[in-house]
Amino acid sequence: MRGTALKLATAAGLLAGLTTAALAQQKSVTIGVSIPAATHGWTGGVVYHAQETAKALEKAYPGLKVVVKTSPDGASQANALDDLSAQKIDALVVLPFNSDELTNPVNEVKKRGTFITVVDRGLKDPSIQDIYVAGNNPEFGRVAGKYFVDNLKQGNVVIFRGIPTVIDEERVTNFEKALQGSGVKVIDKQYANWNRDDAFRVMQDYLSKHPKIDAVWASDDDMALGVMEAIRQAKRDDVKFVLGGAGMKDIVKRVMDGDKMTPANVSYPPAMISTAMYVTAGQFFANAPMRGTYVINAELITKDNAKNHYFPNSPF
Amino acid sequence: MTETALRTDASRRKFSLDMRALSPFLALIVLAIAGALINPDFLTASNILNVVTRSAFIAIIAVGATFVISGGGLDLSVGSMAALVAGVMILTLNWLGAPGVSTLALGMLVAVSLGAACGLANGLIVTFGRIEPFIVTLGTMGIFRSLVIWLAAGGTITMRNSELRELYRPVYFGDIAGVPVPIIAFVVVAAIGALILYKTSFGRHVIALGSNEDVARYSGVPIWRVRTLTYVIQGICVGIAILIYVPRLGSATPTTGLLWELQAITAVVIGGTALRGGLGRVWGTVAGAIILELVANIMVLSNFVSEFLVGAVQGAIIIIAMLVQRSLQRGR
Repeated sequence: MRGTALKLATAAGLLAGLTTAALAQQKSVTIGVSIPAATHGWTGGVVYHAQETAKALEKAYPGLKVVVKTSPDGASQANALDDLSAQKIDALVVLPFNSDELTNPVNEVKKRGTFITVVDRGLKDPSIQDIYVAGNNPEFGRVAGKYFVDNLKQGNVVIFRGIPTVIDEERVTNFEKALQGSGVKVIDKQYANWNRDDAFRVMQDYLSKHPKIDAVWASDDDMALGVMEAIRQAKRDDVKFVLGGAGMKDIVKRVMDGDKMTPANVSYPPAMISTAMYVTAGQFFANAPMRGTYVINAELITKDNAKNHYFPNSPF
Repeated sequence: MTETALRTDASRRKFSLDMRALSPFLALIVLAIAGALINPDFLTASNILNVVTRSAFIAIIAVGATFVISGGGLDLSVGSMAALVAGVMILTLNWLGAPGVSTLALGMLVAVSLGAACGLANGLIVTFGRIEPFIVTLGTMGIFRSLVIWLAAGGTITMRNSELRELYRPVYFGDIAGVPVPIIAFVVVAAIGALILYKTSFGRHVIALGSNEDVARYSGVPIWRVRTLTYVIQGICVGIAILIYVPRLGSATPTTGLLWELQAITAVVIGGTALRGGLGRVWGTVAGAIILELVANIMVLSNFVSEFLVGAVQGAIIIIAMLVQRSLQRGR
């Protein structure tokens, strides 16, 4: 008797699930995506992946419409949010330019009952978001540091910092923390603004200043390219490898090909926007709990797994 | 180092202006001594050659800026223009494909012509639109920058043909009789610039225009043509700078040439050219560009400046160098 009741209940539950799923497929859902315009390599990657994912999602879920809007700065992103919510969006996926400027505009969208997914840079008030997809900057530094400890074991390392920001600070302090107690020593660190030319210049100066550099943590692939050009010019063979980061396609290709100077890379994937978009679509089309925080791992890219990180068509 | 100022009586002019013309070079020597004291590695030939070679882009662009500024104008668009010219040049090289000297020559022609065209656009809008050069070039700065971002789709424009890249590489990394090619390039550009500014009637017109536009007009100087031409010269200089920029890293990104306009203007002013116009010093400008690069180099070579404070110390050194220059001039 009890067994039958249970079966009945499950059957009812299943039916209910099926009907809502069927209904969900017929209803029309609009997801707005607001991201920074392609002003440097990484955001260029974000734009590429957002557009690709928009196409893929619309194909996968009939009735779903995805609107992607890019903005060149924080103020125009606030305007773009207004425009998007005027189009009656059911959900918003936003990679905010900065936390301070965009917390209120996103909150305004939220007040209209829109489902909010925040990507990478968090808002000042985390209660606004339904889903948060975050990159992991401390992990980015830690993974890189661990690579030096495991592979270099002993020696002198120079660091290239990006632009003075929280992101850079978290990466560098955790890199140095990971080196503690090992034989790997940081002998110099300078800002090179995530810029190839600046990195070239700083590396030339490092090479004049330090007679023996065993490895370089360029912390970014753009900077790594400038660094390698400077090493090549100086014809110095003491530098064993250069570790960049963020998974630029040219560098991932070199890792794949087994280049000696670039044996590895650390990911900070612009495709995290795709993760956010899929999870958000899942909120409407899958019968599963979606709300929560998703932290995208900073992964060590080596020859073995490089092809999972290689996107030849992305501009980044 | 010839001086071209109007309305100064001859006897005073000779002596006081010589000191002014020399002071950027004195500042350069003082900085070099300071650098040597801070780190003995500073004086190695390879370091000095690195630094002077690196200053080539800014030096060449700043030679053009000397014309614009001494003619009473201003060009804020040079950094973005450089990025655009570099991007288009690389795309042209990729499109032509075949590795060979003729491909390179065509690419170089495209770069210099595009630079000249961008300069012409700036010049025509400033003269015929009668708009402040600050506003015009601020506008074109945004336009050029966006165009390169658009061409690169936010990513990087890279020379695809590695054979062509190897062929072109010596233009930055090579040397002739021990002197790196970029250094030869900027000395030649500066020499031609000095010749035009000091020895031709066009050069005198530029200075006349910069010191007093009305007087120049009444004296029959073809104001519009001269002014437009200064921007064209600036554009050509940007094109030439890019010819030696592209072989270095073989790529252009949306951040290429960021803030080069400020560095070029700073180099011009350190060199002794008056920001309000009417006085131009081509060789001083070159010294100014080297000083800027030298200060950055000394910062990295020194061990006692925290990386957080590099910008502050750099700024202070530039101001002090200018103060020393000024006091030298007053002292005599």
